[in-house]
Amino acid sequence: MIAYKPARIIESLVIPVGALLTGTALFGLFCAALGENGFAVFHSIYRAAFADWYSWQNTLTRAAPLLLCGLCTALPARAGLIVIGNEGAMVVGAIGAVSAGLAFPDAPHIASILLMAAAGMICGGLWICIAASLHHFRGVNAVISSLLLNYIAIALLNHLIEGPMRDPASLNNPSTRPLAAAQHLGLIPGSRVHDGLLFGLAACAAAWFLFSRTAFGFSARVVGGNIRAAQLCGIGIGRVLLILSFLGGACAGLAGMVEVAAVQGRANASVNTGYGYAGILVAFLARHNPAGIVLVSLLLGGIVASGGMLQRAHNLPDAAVMVLQGILFLVILCSETLYGRWTERRLRAN
Amino acid sequence: MAAGRSGGCVPTEAPMEGWGVVLGVAAGAVRGSIPYLFVSLGECLTEKSGKINLGMEGVLLMGAVTAFGVSDRSGSPWFGLLAAALAGAILGALHAGLTRLPRVNDVASGIAMILFGSGLAFFIGKQFVAPMAPQLPLIDLGGWSASPAIRSALRISPLFFCGIALGFALDFVFRRTRWGLYVRASGDDPMAARSIGIPVGAVRMAATVVGASMAAVGGAHLTLYYPGIWSEGISGGQGLMAVALVIFARWQPLRCVLAALLFGGAQALGPSLQAAGQTGYYQLFNASPYLLTLTLMALTGSRHGGLSGAPGSLGRSG
Repeated sequence: MIAYKPARIIESLVIPVGALLTGTALFGLFCAALGENGFAVFHSIYRAAFADWYSWQNTLTRAAPLLLCGLCTALPARAGLIVIGNEGAMVVGAIGAVSAGLAFPDAPHIASILLMAAAGMICGGLWICIAASLHHFRGVNAVISSLLLNYIAIALLNHLIEGPMRDPASLNNPSTRPLAAAQHLGLIPGSRVHDGLLFGLAACAAAWFLFSRTAFGFSARVVGGNIRAAQLCGIGIGRVLLILSFLGGACAGLAGMVEVAAVQGRANASVNTGYGYAGILVAFLARHNPAGIVLVSLLLGGIVASGGMLQRAHNLPDAAVMVLQGILFLVILCSETLYGRWTERRLRAN
Repeated sequence: MAAGRSGGCVPTEAPMEGWGVVLGVAAGAVRGSIPYLFVSLGECLTEKSGKINLGMEGVLLMGAVTAFGVSDRSGSPWFGLLAAALAGAILGALHAGLTRLPRVNDVASGIAMILFGSGLAFFIGKQFVAPMAPQLPLIDLGGWSASPAIRSALRISPLFFCGIALGFALDFVFRRTRWGLYVRASGDDPMAARSIGIPVGAVRMAATVVGASMAAVGGAHLTLYYPGIWSEGISGGQGLMAVALVIFARWQPLRCVLAALLFGGAQALGPSLQAAGQTGYYQLFNASPYLLTLTLMALTGSRHGGLSGAPGSLGRSG
């Protein structure tokens, strides 16, 4: 038992780092197969993402929605429910936030930010709750139902921006009316990074506190670890699942609010950004651990931020970033099989 | 409005508009059901063996882009079809190989395959934005009719008949053949199957590879049929809906065929109504297949999970 714990810590560091290195090496080979120098590609990614303060700001701006969308999958996953409706919850959150903002255009800055955030979070939370309650009450697979909900949310967005909520002045790119200047999210002092990053970090800290310091978080981990044991302890499984799904959806909804209040200034088709799908990857890479989500979001934010650079410097299509993400995801999944191989041997040897 | 009408079927007489919608939906059901048909039959085969392949969305997109590229470069759509099936088989082998490892979850691997497959497809597809690839020849069944609407509705892709035949063939294989028994036994109770000497791992591998290659043929239909262009939004989640459709069809190939037709029809509802002049809710009608799937899954499910007809070991590692 003495040798067990350090071995586990070493394992939980060595395996993900090794998997990341293997994944990048495979992507390097992929680039080499296309006639690009893999090392040059990685150098470009580094320069575009982490080399100086300017690129760090790009990375941090992209990390903000990733933090929030990662939590959307990670929170219910701690209780064993896999939800991938991040994109839909984000879109619905954006719709809710814009509706609230446009309904009270004259509210002061703080009040309207709070109002829009609350509206986005409630809409996103209820959206994911649909998938969780279908799972709990009707036994519907939450992966599939939440994915279908994504497409429904996007259709709803398109309907609203082309129909009832359309600003007649938006001709080629149907949008809602713009938000007032007082309703825009501010920037973190001394940078170009918007306050959404603070929202994301606060949400991760809150999630960490929830899981490691509260009774509810503990019961959620019991539900995720062994549902039969949770039933025997008298934990209300439906309650745990629904609350976690609401919280997760609320995070993605907040990401939608950030997207309209800090980036677009209105709701249009660009609200459907793809951050939701990247959030699934974030959650899985971080193994649904809030602290891990911060690290992985920075890494993926950097990779996403370097998409433009890859296009300009190496003539790689922007989908190259998606390929890199896919390869990383597959390799990380593969590495799951390695956990426990050495530690259990150590345990037996002792 | 004029543009919408020219897309419609019989623009002259008002009473014909209702028929225009019906005909449009029927033709759309035949056309739109083909991807669902192939993906759902492929997924049905995979799930009967006890594996889930959620990555069908990625497979569908890879099939579409491979078929487009090969058919464009070689000039023969049939080569495109073959290449698509091969690409699907490779992705299927990757998924099956990964999930054979202990502790690797089917669902997580499926999500990864969606990301990887679609990323790779978009990557490859960047060079094919504008041109149109050679198309599969169509079978013309409407020669007897004078109405151009009926004639265009009855020009049907050969893949439609292949898909229907495949449904019957799978049903026969599952019911009447030794291979079908192997697949069903591996899916229902892998321990028992192993004890009588069925190589469960190999059976699942084969079922996943063949299933994914069927799904990729469905993807090939997307680019080898009118309008025959490649775009990133070409599948619109059809790969995943087909996975849901297998659950709805309770893992029976013939019901998959019917469900695929239903979905194709639901998908054609929006454009047909738009052609008939109902443009207000076009975007919402686009959501109808997704809503339909969700409603059907909710109605056919039960509180205690365990759907009747599900392979016994589905989604469990074993």
